[in-house]
Amino acid sequence: MDGWMGGWFMLLFSRQGKLRLQKWYVPLSDKEKKKITRELVQTVLARKPKMCSFLEWRDLKIVYKRYASLYFCCAIEDQDNELITLEIIHRYVELLDKYFGSVCELDIIFNFEKAYFILDEFLLGGEAQETSKKNVLKAIEQADLLQEVRWQTDSFFHLLAHY
Amino acid sequence: MSDVVEKTLTALPSLLSLDSQPGSAKLSSTAKLGNLIRGITELTSKHEEEKLIQHELASIKEQVSSPNTTMRQMRELMVRAVYCEMLGYEASFSYIHAIKLAQQGNVLEKRVGYLAVSLFLNESHELLLLLVNTVLKDLQSTNLIEVCMALTVVCQIFPKDMIPVILPIVEEKLNHPKEIIRRKAVLALHKFYLIAPNQVQHIHNKFRKALCDKDPGVMTASLHIYLQLIQENAEAYKDLTASFVTILKQVVGGKLPMDFNYHSVPAPWLQIQLLRILSLLGKNDQRTSEVMYEVLDESLRRAEMNHNITYAILYECVKCVYTIHPKSELLEKAAKCIGNFVLSPKINLKYLGLKALTYVVQQDPKLALQHQMTIIECLDHSDVIIKRETLELLFRITNAQNVTVIVEKMLDFLRLSKDDHMTIDIVGKVAELAEKYAPDNEWFIQTMNAVFSLGGDMMQPEIPNGFLKLLSEGFDSEEEDRKLRLFAVSSYISLLQGEPSKLPQRFLQVICWVLGEYSFLKEDLEPSVVLGLLTKLLDMKSSSSETKSWVLVAMTKLCWSEAAVSEAQQVAETYSSSFDTTLRQRAQELQHLSRDSQLHSRVLPPGGRLEPDEVDSSLSFLDGFVSEALSAGAAPYKPLHQRQEELSRSKVLSLEPYGLSLPISTSSCSITDRQSPTLLSTSSGLSGDGTDFSHRGSSTTLRLDGVKRVWGREGYLAQKKPVEEVAQVEVPSPLRSPSQQGDANSCRSKTPTPTANPECDQEKQQLASSLFGGLSSQSSVCLMEKSEPDIQRFRRKAKGQRSSSTTNEQRANPTVSSASAVDNLLCNNLLEADTEPINSSAKQTFQHPHSLSVANGACDAEAILTDGDPKERNQPLSSEDFVEADDSPPREDQERSKDSCLTPHLPAELSGFSHSEIIPLCSSQSLDLSACHVQTDNSVVLVVFITNTSEDANLQIQVLSEELEVFCVCESPVEEVRGRSVSVRQYSLTVKMPLVHFELVGMLSYSIPAGMPQAMMQFSYKLPLTSFIRPLTVSTEEYGSMWLAFSHDTKQNLTLIKEEREPLTATLNALNKKLSLHVVEIIGVEGLVACSLLQDQPCLMHCRVHAGRLAVWLRSPVPDLPDCLLYHCQRALQEP
Repeated sequence: MDGWMGGWFMLLFSRQGKLRLQKWYVPLSDKEKKKITRELVQTVLARKPKMCSFLEWRDLKIVYKRYASLYFCCAIEDQDNELITLEIIHRYVELLDKYFGSVCELDIIFNFEKAYFILDEFLLGGEAQETSKKNVLKAIEQADLLQEVRWQTDSFFHLLAHY
Repeated sequence: MSDVVEKTLTALPSLLSLDSQPGSAKLSSTAKLGNLIRGITELTSKHEEEKLIQHELASIKEQVSSPNTTMRQMRELMVRAVYCEMLGYEASFSYIHAIKLAQQGNVLEKRVGYLAVSLFLNESHELLLLLVNTVLKDLQSTNLIEVCMALTVVCQIFPKDMIPVILPIVEEKLNHPKEIIRRKAVLALHKFYLIAPNQVQHIHNKFRKALCDKDPGVMTASLHIYLQLIQENAEAYKDLTASFVTILKQVVGGKLPMDFNYHSVPAPWLQIQLLRILSLLGKNDQRTSEVMYEVLDESLRRAEMNHNITYAILYECVKCVYTIHPKSELLEKAAKCIGNFVLSPKINLKYLGLKALTYVVQQDPKLALQHQMTIIECLDHSDVIIKRETLELLFRITNAQNVTVIVEKMLDFLRLSKDDHMTIDIVGKVAELAEKYAPDNEWFIQTMNAVFSLGGDMMQPEIPNGFLKLLSEGFDSEEEDRKLRLFAVSSYISLLQGEPSKLPQRFLQVICWVLGEYSFLKEDLEPSVVLGLLTKLLDMKSSSSETKSWVLVAMTKLCWSEAAVSEAQQVAETYSSSFDTTLRQRAQELQHLSRDSQLHSRVLPPGGRLEPDEVDSSLSFLDGFVSEALSAGAAPYKPLHQRQEELSRSKVLSLEPYGLSLPISTSSCSITDRQSPTLLSTSSGLSGDGTDFSHRGSSTTLRLDGVKRVWGREGYLAQKKPVEEVAQVEVPSPLRSPSQQGDANSCRSKTPTPTANPECDQEKQQLASSLFGGLSSQSSVCLMEKSEPDIQRFRRKAKGQRSSSTTNEQRANPTVSSASAVDNLLCNNLLEADTEPINSSAKQTFQHPHSLSVANGACDAEAILTDGDPKERNQPLSSEDFVEADDSPPREDQERSKDSCLTPHLPAELSGFSHSEIIPLCSSQSLDLSACHVQTDNSVVLVVFITNTSEDANLQIQVLSEELEVFCVCESPVEEVRGRSVSVRQYSLTVKMPLVHFELVGMLSYSIPAGMPQAMMQFSYKLPLTSFIRPLTVSTEEYGSMWLAFSHDTKQNLTLIKEEREPLTATLNALNKKLSLHVVEIIGVEGLVACSLLQDQPCLMHCRVHAGRLAVWLRSPVPDLPDCLLYHCQRALQEP
């Protein structure tokens, strides 16, 4: 595995430390995953806002960024490019934003499977597969079109959330 | 935001309560998920959450197994199961249903089914086999979305043994009209390549087609594969350099569609990928590098500093410029870029700037000098990550002059560090630096005291072990050894008199051992006092039983005075009834030895050091037993790696579906198994130990005096002309007036960052000068390797067969090794322990690695060919050369004269290379055949000399070999040889398969005079494998990636050359001289060596000093090459 272009995993968690999304690109046991998640969430939440977005953690490099109440956190290898990883996160947020229309944590909580679909369309097997925003969304929407009803209660929550 | 969530949720109970009745048929599917999420958000305790989820899981379980559940309901159930798993609750019962959903659902349900499968299962899960048919079916579907979904899941998880089943269809997709399908197919092949490289060997052409795809997305995807391939073998893809450069040019020039822009920067991901590829291709390759200079320049110029993404590209660009063959103009620009990073107020950029500096200081230490002020500011940064990276940088530029300051900074960091991983890492580095550059004994001991107290019980065990080893083996001078030990003793006594309960166990163990061995050195110290202190340790609650047994052993060593004996016996009594068997054993020993002073003085002579025990690590005394067992039918021993391999093989086989014989592929990474020999433990085999607590108070101040002392004492200041500034700050001339001094200071501060506070400035300047001392330009080249041999203070003595001193407690009788060396080719010779140390390095003049030395009796012609010391020539370089040559003295003389006569006949094109001794092959009355071989850079040429002492003759020679490819350089097989002349034939030789020695068989048919009936003669010629070995120059990184790729290996322990200072270096140098192996790097007790069989068949050797032996591990892509080479290494090291 190399590059991001070859990350180890991506985690989304809330300010309270609740996991919102997890995607692992390396095979690990559930026990290891839980341990890593627990330790990492703790470490990242303990960081102050003005601090550097990169962390050394075990043998890995952690790149994280906070968007409103959500932390996006990626693990890469030491020789990888931290800045581009930060932009990967940003591009993912842009995609979510475009798809949901001003995305907020609630959108991701209640439609987490959509968030996964978008992530899989953007990063595949840990590699940035499609960097054109238009193409990613086109692919997602094409698949969505077949869906008869779009979650109704969703939009209900959604509106209120942005209220 | 989550406040909003809560408000939202609490505002809605009435709406949701409708849905909250379980089993309500009307309930919409999403509402159930919403219900669950809402329920969880409302809960306050973990316990309640658990109850709720268990209830939820039970209900899901019931529904999924009901036959009435529709696929649509199943989809919703899967989403809920995924949610429960995300919260950390296992829902393994639903895995099989996720697969079923992917199999049977309509497109939408399938999508959720595949997602759930990819989240639930990992690559090795056995249920995955059930997915294969579904994937196969969907790949062949006419519905594009189904094809896409199947490819997506294949890219994430697919059982590698089943790849052949879908490979042809995935390959087909490379020609699909839709670019999204082509792109995913490329990524799927990349995935296959990663998990099972041999499966996709045959489709490398198709990768090229993908690289040329008209869609930029497909092309980008193919770069992932190329990056991987080039990392593994850059040589094979040099021809693509121009294409990559062209692509990058087009991207940088904005030729891609706007869609690919990211914040108006054209395809940054693509650019970075290309830069990475280029740096791999251009590394150590001037010609290839030249192709890319222009586009790199363009990239550096185009990337305007306005957004993170451009910095990301610049960073990659800078790394590339410093990786490929250097071009000063580009280096200059890159250095300026690094400056912008380092000086940036944005913390992320500063971090990357430091990282880039750390990367480039190896090539350009002056760059660190330029940014010294920023580096010093970063040392005090509030963010620990920045500090950590700064220390990493300082670690790379440490030398004997700045070691005290840098180590102090590292220790400061350690005192505050809360992260175990970082602590372990830095403790190792401090220990390494302390041993390498310690200015004096006190500093060394105090530093190691700090290392032991701060590193605590989690540091690598090599550190205390190495320290004790260093202490016990000593260095060059007895007096220095004594002083060091004495200082350690005094320091430990005062520590024990303080608060020993605060010291970590490991440290206490070190203290015990040192006091036991060396406290007699301190003359004013009564053993009973030491015993008293040790007894206190036994009574401490915090002492572990391991520590207690160290204490008892130390006491055993000390109880030779009367006062001590009574104390010892008391202790022994207490512990002889301990529940801990080890302690009881130690107590017994103590009791017996303290009672019987005669026995004690024999076993543990007071004040005397036992000569180190010889340990026969090859366990040859068991040979008899082993051969007996073997003859009785026991299974032969298999080394660990072989056993593991076999084990894994059998495992793979047992999982085999359908009994197909699929190749085994190495599994992809996991956090733990990513080791390669280049990831050497930075501190293995180091010693050192540290700060006396009484000195702690003053330790925060800079120890500039320490720095000064080094210079005076070692006297290398004068030779090395260190940075003038340093000298000035340290020793202001007393003759100068204060104002003059001020001038001097301001002259000195040429650093770019002006600092406001003059006083603070002054302080920083001082710090700077002590930190960056020795970083002047002339010493720059070898900074990274820290290869200043005369500076290193503590050099281990080579004590061949010595076991680690920490095991000294178990003093076994020296093992008597039976001389029964079963004459196995690769068996270690037991006699080698007696061989005299080879005084390698200094005396010998440098020899051309290819020069084969010629036997005695040098005539002028030879003197030209071999430029070594005359003495050197006596030994043929490769031990096994010319075994055939007859040894009888008269003949030898004759041969020598022959040699000198024939040498001038060597073909002119070969005269630049060294040749082996010319030996006679066969002779008749009038014909004499002799031969030698010449090693050119990329071949070995056999030269046959035909000396005709009578009339003109016709002759024909045929040379054959089973293992060698023989190619005759001359035109016609039949040749006329004129009378009384010498004619020469050349045969170029290449290796078909490696062997220890190669034998050539020749047939000569001749007629003298020409036209007469033919006569025949046969001859043979033998040459060793070493003639074909050439040094292979690779970098450590390349070595690392090659290492992982090679499959044939062998391991063995070899003799270490006994040399006082650096046995490893001496041994590797010997291998370099005798066998032309290239020494890539020596790190601590480990060494990397590389060579190749002629040009293209590499073989890597990883060496590690272990228990006085050299443990080597050879790897190569060529079968048998490691074994054959190992044989020669062994021979090379056995001969004096």
